[in-house]
This record gives sequence, structure tokens and C-alpha cells, in this order.
Amino acid sequence: MNALPLLLIGLAMFAGGYVLYSRFLGNRVYKLDASFRTPAHELQDGVDYVPTNKFVLWGHHFTSVAGAAPIVGPAVAVIWGWLPAFLWVTLGTVFFAGMHDLGALWASARNKGRSIGTLSGRYIGGRGANLFLVVIFLLLLMVVAAFAVVIKNLLISTPSAVIPAWGAVAVALLVGQAVYRYRMSLGLVTVIGVGALYGLILLGDAVPVELPDPILGMSPATFWIIALFVYAGVASLLPVWVLLQPRDYINGVQLFVGLGILFTSVLLSAPTIVAPAFNDAVPAGTPSLVPLLFVTIACGAISGFHGMVSSGTSSKQLDKETDARFVGYFGAVGEGLLALGAIIAAVAGYRTLADWEAVYSAFGQGGVAAFVEGGGAILNSGLGLPVSLSSTVLATMAILFAATTMDTGVRLLRFVVQEAGEVAKVRIGNVAGTLITLAVGAGLTFSQGAGGEGGLRIWPLFGTSNQLLASLTLSIVAVMLIRKRRNPAPALIPLAVVFVMSFWAAVVQLGDFYEAGDWLLLIIDLVIIVAALWVAFEAVVAMRRASREPPEALDADVTEKGELTK
Amino acid sequence: MTSRWASLRAGLEEFYAGPYRRTLARARREEDDLFRMVVLAEALGVPDPAAYYTAELMPALYEDFHAWHRRMGMDRSPLEHIGCC
Repeated sequence: MNALPLLLIGLAMFAGGYVLYSRFLGNRVYKLDASFRTPAHELQDGVDYVPTNKFVLWGHHFTSVAGAAPIVGPAVAVIWGWLPAFLWVTLGTVFFAGMHDLGALWASARNKGRSIGTLSGRYIGGRGANLFLVVIFLLLLMVVAAFAVVIKNLLISTPSAVIPAWGAVAVALLVGQAVYRYRMSLGLVTVIGVGALYGLILLGDAVPVELPDPILGMSPATFWIIALFVYAGVASLLPVWVLLQPRDYINGVQLFVGLGILFTSVLLSAPTIVAPAFNDAVPAGTPSLVPLLFVTIACGAISGFHGMVSSGTSSKQLDKETDARFVGYFGAVGEGLLALGAIIAAVAGYRTLADWEAVYSAFGQGGVAAFVEGGGAILNSGLGLPVSLSSTVLATMAILFAATTMDTGVRLLRFVVQEAGEVAKVRIGNVAGTLITLAVGAGLTFSQGAGGEGGLRIWPLFGTSNQLLASLTLSIVAVMLIRKRRNPAPALIPLAVVFVMSFWAAVVQLGDFYEAGDWLLLIIDLVIIVAALWVAFEAVVAMRRASREPPEALDADVTEKGELTK
Repeated sequence: MTSRWASLRAGLEEFYAGPYRRTLARARREEDDLFRMVVLAEALGVPDPAAYYTAELMPALYEDFHAWHRRMGMDRSPLEHIGCC
């Protein structure tokens, strides 16, 4: 089969979802109201609460939710064949992710821009919500560990990406100085910065860097993992304007450039898909498609992390409530596009089925490397870029996404460690907090072998906790809808599917970790299962209570605001 | 055409500044809080050799005083002569 119809069908489904389903959600379910006074106006403070143009807000929202995860997940999951991954990404984006992201945005905007954590205290119950903070901590920890392995693999499999990947740090540092110290025009800085990045890609392509083995007494894999954690630690400690802010910005711009390149070359080259629609001959040791597919692709189909972004920042900047449809739903569509591109690159960039099977030789193999290799071949035939240069472009793109998530993740984890210290009445400084975070993160990575060989075993577990977080958000949305006596089915059906699949996956993985003797991941999995059971119980109780109580008044969101401020 | 160009530039700048506005504002507030504590040190009972000079700055602090003491975990004004609540 050719990839072009697949791409067009996917695009049509996304377009249909946005035009039809999001309109249905906005008009009938959430009843978005252009005259509702959004938190951005009501609480305007020039810092958190700033009414923002919907296109700019969409840009923020989309670039904060999209990253390496919608590339890694689909690129791993095509091992079951392209059709299951394609269906889950497209249907998931339309009926699950879009609904979830828009719902989180709406729920938060109706509650003074409160975060999902606060909302779960109000609608579900406080204790379960606190338990979920532990899950969020584990979620961040797993993403940091998994991405360290992903980047390490790319640096070794694509040596030409070494110079641009590390050089991008220098570019970001210079951009930060140009903007803040020399106050140069941002448009000019953007052009020069992105130009410099692509210059580095050309340089890296000409000068691939392969580390000697052993280097400083360790294997290159171990060396890269340590280097990445040291980088993430230093980056997370620097003032944000020095590195993280310009890095995020350049990455955001780069995301649009990369998506454009990828989709244009698929359209121009119309590559043939060599991988099977359903893979009957999965390599030994591959877990069963149901339920693992639903947690392997988390971002790109539905992801709880989006709820945190929606409710944490985007909801405070909504100019009009009706903008939520564009920002929330179309933000999910943007991530679906990235996942769709990743699927096509990983299944259509190989010449024969045997080539493809050689790459996907075991579960967790292939993955981003297949995205880079396959996508590189597509770029080559579509835009005529040399094969090695195309792979360098894609590898650099994936590394940059993963690395920015890593440094931001370490920074957030440090805050959690410091907060936990406050609860225990111990003051933890920035450096100490970072060192604790790095020790735990690197510990989790190295628990999968000194070279992080089994690191992608963490991936489905990350997806599981991400999906359970999404279930929490969907439960909150469902309780709100029941209270308002609106049809809760658009929230309840995805909730049931996602919860059952991810809970099932958590239980299945428990057996796998036991057999592999991986006690660390086994314990993490147990914590996730307990948190999930607890929250599920409280959510059901909350929904029954909401359906028994009299419906809330039409203006309840407005009057209940008084309660919230107490 | 010029206005479209200007709005594009404004959008780009918002795209740069927006996500970190909160972090930077918080860092600034923390710095201000530290400064406020230094200025108020004498009034709060901590001997301050520079009090003679900082007393002049006191009026500048009154405006945000209420928010400050609540932020510092004191429900009521810690200074008798400032009755903000």
C-alpha cells in the first residue's frame, strides 16, 4: 500500500474531527460561551493571567505538549503493524485526545484557571489527588530516564547528529544573550538561530563523531548517558532566560519546520509501505497488542500530560471561552499529525519487508532509530536531500525534543523534591535537590543495564501512568457534566476505554517485570496500580453523588467562584 | 501590510516571552521580598546598622505590604503601626 492515501485519510479524519466533533463538543457538551468572562480577563495580572491571541496561545500549547513522545510511542508501536497504530492515533486524537484536552481547558477555565490537581480535590476527593502527585513524580522520572536512553541510542546510531545536538546548546545560549543582553530584534535572531542550527547540521553531517570504545574507562553508551544527566543538571540550574527559554523557543520554531519538511516529502515522494498492516509474525517476546498498544502510544492518541498543560497555563490565558476549541482540540490534532508522520516514516521508509523486519527485530527495537532511518529515506526521495543529511536532520530534531523535555523534567523534579523536603521540614537547596533528582533518574536508567540497554522497557510503564492521569482528568470532566445534567457519554466512553486498557496493561506489565526480575519497575508499577484503584473508587463515588444531587444551577460556575476563593 | 508584519512580530515575541513570564516574575518577586525584609528588619526587631538609610524607603513598601505578609505566612500585619488588615 502507498503511504499517500494513508496520510490523506489521516488528515481527513483530523479535519473532520476538528470541524464536526469539536463543534459538537463545543456547542452541545461543553456549551462554550463567547460572553463568559474567562480567568484571563477576570484575574488579569500581566503574569499568569494574560488574555492571549488564540493563534499564539495555540502555538504555546502545541509546542509544550508535542515533543519526542509522539515520535517514540508510534515508532515503537508499529511493530504490531501499521494499521493498529494508525487507527489508535487517528481515532484516539479525534475522540479521545481532542475531547480530553478541550475538556481540561474548559474545566479549568470554568474554575478560575485552577490546575487538575486542585480540581480533583474539588470534584473527586482530596486523598486520591495527593496520591496522584506521587504518580506525576514517577511519570516525570520515567520520561527523563527513557529519553536519556532514546538520545543515547540516536547519538550512537547517527554519529552525524552529535555536533548539531550539542551545538544547539551553544546556539540557544547565544540566542538568549542576543535577546536579553543586546536586545536584538527577535525576528532577526530567529532567522540567524535557525540558520545556525541548520549550519551545524551540515557541519555534523560532514564530520560524524564516533566515540572511541572505551572512553574514560566506560562504554560510549554509559558515557553519553552520564553526559546527558550532567547536561540536564547544569541546564536545570541555570537561570531560565540563559538556556531553557531560548532553547524552547528555537525548538518550537524547529517543530514547525520539521513537520513541514516531513509532510511535504511524504506528499512529494508517495512512498510505499513495506511493513504489514497487521504483523502476524511479531518477534518473540513482544507483548500482546491489546492492551499494550494503548499505553505504548500515549502522546499522539491521548495523554494526561496535556491536561496538566491545559489546566496549568493555557486556561489562564484564554481570551474567549470559544477559543478553547481551537487551542485545546486543534492542539491535540497538531500532536496527532506528528504521531502520524512518525508512523509513516517508520513503516514506509524501507525498501523491502525483510529490511523492515531486520530493524524491528524485538519489542523496543526500531523505535526512533527507525523513524530517523525511514524518515531519512522519505526526505531523500521527496526533497532530494542526501540520505545521510536527511537522517541527520531528523535525528537532530528528535534529540532536541527529547533533550528539552529532559532538562525541563529535571527542573520540575527538583521542585517536587524540594516540596517533599518542606513537608519533611528539611530545607533542600537547588544544587542538593538537583543532585538527588539526577541520582534517582540516572539510577532508574542504569537499573536497565550499564548502557541503558533495557531502557525502553520503561516506555510502556510511562504510557500507563500517563493514561491513568488522563483518566483522572476525564473523570473530573464527567463529574462536571453530570452535575450540569449534560450528556456525559463523550467523556465516559473514552474514560472507560482508557482506564480499562491502561489498568490491564499495568497488571500485564507486573507479570513481565516479575519474570525479568526487575524489582524497581515492579515497585513503581505497584504504586501506579494502587493509585489508579484508589482514584477509580473515589471517582465512581463522586459520579454517583453528582447524579443523585440536584443539578447545579446554570450560573453555578459563577457563584461557586466565591467558594473557591475561601 | 505593515500592521500585519507588526502583529506577526508581536506574536513571535509573545511566543518567546509567554511561557516563562511566570517564572521570571516569581524570581523577581522573591528578590523584592528579600529586599523588603532587609528594609523592614529594624521595624521587625532585627538590629540593622543601615536602618537610618533604609527608613527612607519604607513608604515605597506600604503598597504591597499586605500581600507580602500574607505571602510570608502571617495572616495579620506583624507591625502595629501598619494596619492593613
